Amino acid sequence: MSAFKREKKEEEDGGGNPFQNIEKTSVLQEARIFNETSVNPRKCTPILTKLLYMLNQGEQLSAKEATDVFFAMTKLFQSKDVILRRLVYLGIKELSSIADDVIIVTSSLTKDMTGKEDMYRAAAIRALCSITDATMLQAIERYMKQAIVDRNPAVSSAALVSSLHMTKFAPEVVKRWVNEAQEAVNSDNIMVQYHALGLLYHIRKTDRLAVTKLVSRLTRMSLKSPYAVCMLIRISAKLIEEEGSDSNSPYFEYIESCFRHKSEMVVYEAAHAIVNLDRTSSRELAQAISVLQLFCGAPKPTLRFAAVRTLNQVAISHPTAVTACNIDLENLITDSNRSIATLAITTLLKTGAESSVDRLMKQIASFVSEISDEFKVVVVQAIQALALKFPRKHSVLMNFLSAMLRDEGGLEYKASIADTIITIIEDNPEAKETGLAHLCEFIEDCEHISLAVRILNLLGKEGPKTKQPSRYIRFIYNRVILECPSIRAAAVSAMAQFGASCPNLLENIQVLLARCQMDSDDEVRDRATYYSSILNRNDKSLYNNYVLDTLQVSIPALERSLKEYSQSNTDQPFDIKAVPVAAVTKPDEHEVKQKSEGMLISNGPARAPPASREENFAERLSALPDVNLLGSLFKSSEVVELTESETEYVVRCVKHSYARHIVLQFDCLNTLDDQLLENVRVQLDPSEGYEIIKEIPCPKLPYNETGTVYIILKFPEDDLQNSIGTFGAVLKFLVKDCDPATGIPDIDAGYDDEYMLEDLEVTLGDQIQKVSKANWGAAWEEAEASSYEMEDTYALSSMNSLEEAVGNIIKFLGLQPAERSDKVPKDKTTHTLLLAGIFRGGIDILVRAKLALADGVTMQLTVRSQDEGVSDLITSVVG
Amino acid sequence: MGVLFSYFKSLIGAREMRILILGLDGAGKTTILYRLQVGEVVTTIPTIGFNVEQVTYKNLKFQVWDLGGQTSIRPYWRCYYSNTDAIIYVVDSADKERMGISKDELFHMLREEELQDAILVVLANKQDIPGCMSLKDVHQALGLEALKNRTFQIFKTSATKGEGLDMAMEWLANALKNRK
Repeated sequence: MSAFKREKKEEEDGGGNPFQNIEKTSVLQEARIFNETSVNPRKCTPILTKLLYMLNQGEQLSAKEATDVFFAMTKLFQSKDVILRRLVYLGIKELSSIADDVIIVTSSLTKDMTGKEDMYRAAAIRALCSITDATMLQAIERYMKQAIVDRNPAVSSAALVSSLHMTKFAPEVVKRWVNEAQEAVNSDNIMVQYHALGLLYHIRKTDRLAVTKLVSRLTRMSLKSPYAVCMLIRISAKLIEEEGSDSNSPYFEYIESCFRHKSEMVVYEAAHAIVNLDRTSSRELAQAISVLQLFCGAPKPTLRFAAVRTLNQVAISHPTAVTACNIDLENLITDSNRSIATLAITTLLKTGAESSVDRLMKQIASFVSEISDEFKVVVVQAIQALALKFPRKHSVLMNFLSAMLRDEGGLEYKASIADTIITIIEDNPEAKETGLAHLCEFIEDCEHISLAVRILNLLGKEGPKTKQPSRYIRFIYNRVILECPSIRAAAVSAMAQFGASCPNLLENIQVLLARCQMDSDDEVRDRATYYSSILNRNDKSLYNNYVLDTLQVSIPALERSLKEYSQSNTDQPFDIKAVPVAAVTKPDEHEVKQKSEGMLISNGPARAPPASREENFAERLSALPDVNLLGSLFKSSEVVELTESETEYVVRCVKHSYARHIVLQFDCLNTLDDQLLENVRVQLDPSEGYEIIKEIPCPKLPYNETGTVYIILKFPEDDLQNSIGTFGAVLKFLVKDCDPATGIPDIDAGYDDEYMLEDLEVTLGDQIQKVSKANWGAAWEEAEASSYEMEDTYALSSMNSLEEAVGNIIKFLGLQPAERSDKVPKDKTTHTLLLAGIFRGGIDILVRAKLALADGVTMQLTVRSQDEGVSDLITSVVG
Repeated sequence: MGVLFSYFKSLIGAREMRILILGLDGAGKTTILYRLQVGEVVTTIPTIGFNVEQVTYKNLKFQVWDLGGQTSIRPYWRCYYSNTDAIIYVVDSADKERMGISKDELFHMLREEELQDAILVVLANKQDIPGCMSLKDVHQALGLEALKNRTFQIFKTSATKGEGLDMAMEWLANALKNRK
């Protein structure tokens, strides 16, 4: 009664959300009413609604709570109240993943989905599919097939979409429904047709031939549903990309024909597909762009938004084509929809001339405070592109960015601004001082710890190289006084960098570090003590190795090694050289390129970054007994294809280097469904000096499975020059013919066969791990005394530009460029490339390549390393 | 007084009786449920979970729960025990081998606290199959003579032919009326 009164009072207080103050325990308590013998829909409906609301607000139920309320809910099946029943379906879907034994409602739902009440059927199908797993699916298969071809479009759509979801866990079963889906494609209902096409495509998408057949059949019959046409356009575009076909292909013709479709959505989809294709001739492109241009002036905001967004995306890849729309985009700058305006301006920024930058920036400034963070990031990205294009405009852009930094905003937005400033600093030395000054100002009042730490790190790296390093110290030390421990620790590290790089500041830094040793936080004190004592030694090489260049090893590997070390009973000191070096990771271009397919099933949230390749391989390799003894894995090469694609057997090789050995991993795939391969091995013909230690064959290789053969070899010991070589390889195996359907081999003994593989090369790059040296110059000077230096001059006649030469040298030597020397300034005829790396066995390598452009490229290569043989090897290999 | 009495009586008559149909898989529970509800034989598949229907018999409303009899589903029977007025326990008279299991399940169920007041009707179903056990044999095989303090009765039925169900329902309706 009191609850009732309270609710009533809240209502009087002025509407609002009636579910605002619900609590999990009280809702679960109320849900017990479901167990009463006769169900009162008037009471149960609001309670079930509350429960659903609560679950959708992210409230978590334990398995027991969920199961209890689920079983209580099953009692509601006795009520004939339509609304209550439909709420029950929703409840089942919500709880299906948390509660146990949800299959208990299978029969009831099967009855509802086949029953007479149309209000129940579609929803029952969706609920049923959510409680069904792969084993139970067989039991309802017959009903699903019927439902797909049901005359009621809602039922058919529900069955099709649910089937699509079930392909995730039971692809084999759903595959059998292809005939029903085929029939549903012919439906008159636009949604059914769309969903049927979606299911058909997903069933067949792994089979290229089947997809081509599907597309060519459907492009000939005119689909009624504009959604299905859009989908067909996407599939066609994907086929064009995969096949690399040109504008003469039938798919292309089809997409083009869609320009004349009566639905705007289809016309837009066709234009969108064409501008995003890699190879589009200028004629088609112009056609597509003119469609988008037309949409820019459309009265519907959705169309304007779609058009301008697409133009924005392709502004970088097709600037000239997009420029044609400039006048229309100018008109959109003042659009009342801020999202459209933002996209229009940023598109103009990307394509516009230098002269218009100031005007456009002013325009953005007028409404930047009104748009959401998401669009602010779009603006920031446009500014970044602009800064790279017009380096001279850096002061305008930098001022704008710093103003944005001072505004309110989330981490992602602020991080994108900081990233942009950092990119500008890296690209344009003139902008460095102003950029750093803006960042210094920003950390004075930065609420995001991770960002502050990053900026402090950057200041430590870049600050000492400026004309007046001392001015940054104040900003950094202020952090030590004002901030939380993790920022203080970062600030201490940054100061130490100044101490190590600027001798005249060393004394002051020592004073500050001494103060930091009084800090209340352990980490801060430890760092301060550590740096202070190193800086006291006044030893350049100590500075280089322990202050300026931090640990190069891979952190997970270090953790593992330390754990193993602490568990073993050894008196030996821990050898850091034995820990594998971390591979330098480039920002992954694939990930940027990977667009969601947009074909009904989303890819889900982004997955966590995978562990490094070396880590994965190391784990697999250490499972092999013989590999265990070789020490820790030094480097794993990229995958090398040893067969043409789509041959009988596909063999790929990964080369794993150890200090004195190399392990070749051959991944073999058997693509013949009538063969079972046994005792699969690779016969290797190694080049001179190599010694095969052990071969690990693959005992069995059934159809469509990948097996692995390993070969362990020892690198040539006497002469390093021999370590680069070419191996002949032949795949050998015993073939047993088998029944393609069952995979069971015939009884006979089988016969030996072999398959020629392409030659395998072991290169210099396989034996070198990249290392990024933050302070390459210091390391180079230090190495002068202690290293073997080799120098030689080469004429690289086949290279036509410095960029090309730089790219090739980096790839060939497998070394990491340092101090951004891989970027060649424009219009220069000379350039110095600085490289660093580690040779297997832990030998540091530094390489300087002076390049001059004159009728091809001339290169003077200087190598410094701790081993004469290695220096010699590098200079000789280049020739 | 008489007016008042009939008023109460109609109230009792209006309350829905809650009945569970239980028994091993394949005993004919779902067939009996729909025979009672629509008066026809429907094709059934093994029940995964339950079916619930409203059955009206001689002005009495029953809410009948038919729970699946497969081994994997029997543990969930107990989720549906509370407030049960009567249990219809169905036995396949031709399935001599599993009579013992059927007996165990029956007595296991009757021990439940929530079912102490429930009336029991045992249906020796599938009497149309030649060579099936007689009513007396089923009574003995299930050990029904051991039941004490329980209103119960056993009937021979054939759900597919529709024989015996009427008599059983008649008895059950009376037993439920007399209890009140």
